[in-house]
Amino acid sequence: MTAQTRGSARPNQWLRNLNAKIASIPMILTAVVIFVGGTAWTVLYSFTNSKLLPRLSFVGFDQYERLWEAPRWIVSIQNLAVFGFFSLIFSLVIGFVLAALMDQKIRFENTFRTIMLYPFALSFIVTGLVWQWLLNPQYGIQSIMRSLGWEGFSFDPLYNSDIVIYGILIAALWQGTGLVMCLMLAGLRGIDEDIWKAARVDGISMWKTYVLIIIPMMRGVFITTLVIIASGIVKVYDLVVAQTSGGPGIASEVPAKYVYDYMFLAQNLGQGFAASTMMLVTVAIIIVPWAYLEFGGGRKRG
Amino acid sequence: MTSVSVKDLSLNFGAVTVLDKLNLDIDHGEFLVLLGSSGCGKSTLLNCIAGLLDVSDGQIFIHDRNVTWEEPKDRGIGMVFQSYALYPQMTVEKNLSFGLQVARVPQAEIDKRVKRAAEILQIQPLLRRKPSELSGGQRQRVAIGRALVRDVDVFLFDEPLSNLDAKLRSELRVEIKRLHQSLKNTMIYVTHDQIEALTLADRIAVMKSGVIQQLADPMTIYNAPENLFVAGFIGSPSMNFFRGEVDARDGRSFVRADGVAFDVSAYPARTKLQPGRKVVLGVRPEHVKVDEAREGETVHQAVVDIEEPMGADNLLWLKLAGQSMSVRIAGQRRYPPGSTVRLSFDTAVASIFDAASENRL
Amino acid sequence: MDNIATKDTAAAYGVAPGRLKSGPRGAKPRRRLSRRNIIVYGTLIVVSLYYLLPLYVMIVTSLKGMPEIRVGNIFAPPLEITFEPWVKAWAEACTGLNCDGLSRGFWNSVRITVPSVVISIAVASINGYALANWRFKGADLFFTILIIGAFIPYQVMIYPIVIVLREMGVYGTLTGLVIVHTIFGMPILTLLFRNYFAGLPEELFKAARVDGAGFWTIYFKIMLPMSLPIFVVAMILQVTGIWNDFLFGVVFTRPEYYPMTVQLNNIVNSVQGVKEYNVNMAATILTGLVPLTVYFVSGRLFVRGIAAGAVKG
Repeated sequence: MTAQTRGSARPNQWLRNLNAKIASIPMILTAVVIFVGGTAWTVLYSFTNSKLLPRLSFVGFDQYERLWEAPRWIVSIQNLAVFGFFSLIFSLVIGFVLAALMDQKIRFENTFRTIMLYPFALSFIVTGLVWQWLLNPQYGIQSIMRSLGWEGFSFDPLYNSDIVIYGILIAALWQGTGLVMCLMLAGLRGIDEDIWKAARVDGISMWKTYVLIIIPMMRGVFITTLVIIASGIVKVYDLVVAQTSGGPGIASEVPAKYVYDYMFLAQNLGQGFAASTMMLVTVAIIIVPWAYLEFGGGRKRG
Repeated sequence: MTSVSVKDLSLNFGAVTVLDKLNLDIDHGEFLVLLGSSGCGKSTLLNCIAGLLDVSDGQIFIHDRNVTWEEPKDRGIGMVFQSYALYPQMTVEKNLSFGLQVARVPQAEIDKRVKRAAEILQIQPLLRRKPSELSGGQRQRVAIGRALVRDVDVFLFDEPLSNLDAKLRSELRVEIKRLHQSLKNTMIYVTHDQIEALTLADRIAVMKSGVIQQLADPMTIYNAPENLFVAGFIGSPSMNFFRGEVDARDGRSFVRADGVAFDVSAYPARTKLQPGRKVVLGVRPEHVKVDEAREGETVHQAVVDIEEPMGADNLLWLKLAGQSMSVRIAGQRRYPPGSTVRLSFDTAVASIFDAASENRL
Repeated sequence: MDNIATKDTAAAYGVAPGRLKSGPRGAKPRRRLSRRNIIVYGTLIVVSLYYLLPLYVMIVTSLKGMPEIRVGNIFAPPLEITFEPWVKAWAEACTGLNCDGLSRGFWNSVRITVPSVVISIAVASINGYALANWRFKGADLFFTILIIGAFIPYQVMIYPIVIVLREMGVYGTLTGLVIVHTIFGMPILTLLFRNYFAGLPEELFKAARVDGAGFWTIYFKIMLPMSLPIFVVAMILQVTGIWNDFLFGVVFTRPEYYPMTVQLNNIVNSVQGVKEYNVNMAATILTGLVPLTVYFVSGRLFVRGIAAGAVKG
């Protein structure tokens, strides 16, 4: 063997595949600097008493204590809990029922889907403003009902502190259920037709097939949808700003708005950081168990 | 003179070892087939030779040049893939010339080479078409053409016929053999199809778990498998195996399995068969005679279980020595289930393996 | 029995050749107006009305004059159609800072959306291609961080980004906002492109390498021409997403660069003056027009886009 030495040495590992590494620089910067670095920075500064400018003067958990004593934060959290609970339940139930209806080999499926999904293309600002108008007690649904002879009808969520969050919920459901329906429909379509045939041969009624066979098979779709809705709920901000600006009073405040107001309007950065860290914790509580279930088994994607 | 030489090649994916210190020398102009079931490392080895996978250790030489860390294009190879891998948006002609254009070969030279390849493969009428307008067989021809225009001495085939239907597969098999005979270049061919391996190869390397089990010409592989795995892997239906013990009586050797004594005196053993040794006797279905025993041959009685007439052949499934076995006889000889037959074994062409090491004795 | 006949009604009752020959003859059961169909279509139609109602109300309100709004009900079609509110919304409505209507916001949004869409897709597609075909050590770690990062609330990261942009000297400018959109579009787009490229036959990539093509040649000559649909999906995702953004627009730009959504909110929710509901609704429709057009034109691709963005996440 007259082997030449050329090329026999393993080339420098750093230079190999150099183009791919260059192409990944934006991703690496985003992941490391913004996502990891930015998050760590915010968490770190949430333990300081930064006001107008971030300052590294630590005050322990002061900001968090103040946060949990602030009525506005408590209202925000309560609103988030109510809004989150009902929008999860309603979007999953409505989304699934609509998807099941759409899956009945119906005609005009495309038309129905187009109608149900178009609000999702609209921004939260547009959604919020439309529903602000529809729920206007003077001209909107309430006045229509009254003019139809139902004098005592009262539905003015945007002006009633007790139910304002449900007004926002209606708008949010209008905007988002189409998406959930589409996800569920994709899940239903992913189920083997033979399952239906088998259930039919066995004489199992339709709704029993759904409850006992189809829904358990769609576990993955449900969980994914749940995570998508849930992480969207935590971020809800624009909708509230447009529809109620947090009012009446502070009745429809949400955490995301609390953060923004303290960071950019009240110039109390420490409070803002502490509140945003709480949001992070909330998301982590949702995401970590899911990520563990989904990817924890060491299953890797090729 | 070696054309491709693999030295102590290892490849790990994390903790998984796919290839472990593998050595292989391929002669100039040789047609070598890497044969094995999926996951045996045959395609991995081919990809390493092509430079599409980085090896963990070891070296690869092509024409005595160390190419272990060269780019695929600099190794002097052409490659044909199972899924054809034709660029869907380019015409056949562009597909053939793409590599040459990347390498900045002058246009006149490109045209010449494409024309020649198209002639050899008889795809001139297809040059203006897109891959989606071609049949499977035509696509594979174009894929071979792409290797052809590179003017290289080493062709790598990665299961090139597996996506084709049976009829087309046998047609293209003949064409590849003809191509090899006229081009006389080195070909390394990965397949899991033993018929392809037996018909095409100058030598076959049978692989299992990243290790070459046997490297030999097709007839040797078929008639004298080196170990139990090769014996069982090659041949359809597979070789009949009888586990038993060597016994000697009256100057003759026997393998005694579950009360049946097979006379193996005619077996050309490499080392003397020691009585008492645990062995596996392997007999191919066509090496069993039915109702044709010569004078003095040991005869075993068995009852036909199932008959599978296949036209040219007839396959009988029967029970002997407590296990199921198959016998191949001429197609016109019929034995309905339940018939009793007299079997005799041609042990001169049988195989005997050590029961523990599973290697040929 | 009605409720069992769920799927394949046509196939089960219509085309069963054996049954047609030998089975009992008689009229095929009429299924058009079965109870099941009434329930299914009835529900879907009622639901569709609920979804369409706000759009309808928006349109009729925007075409009425203020006096008519004050006396009539919001569902009534306009007695007298006027385009005055649309003109006013576009060119004259006041935000509290200035009174040149939504037009300013519209052009700002165009100037934000176009470069943001182009840059974020370019960066993410090349990155996804590198991740799918040119994997290097550590790439998966960064990618995992990127995907997890998509779930972190923006509020956690906006202030550090403000600082970074300020250090770069682009805080408050359109450039800064484009960078922000590129950053936050990256997880979903990279995932989209990575999965798409990984789904292309790997042998194609290998063949191109044997042919001597390098990183960029393979990307531009082989991958790009095969990937037009996914680029369209990414564009739909980004155009609607960026056009609809409010938070980043408010945080990262100065008022003169405010995108349309921010402008709209300022117009409608400004406390000065008399509320002009018809102008507000005209402005709202105008702001929703771009994503709605994208939605109706793209049709199935939009669904594919959100499904790709959502299900695979």
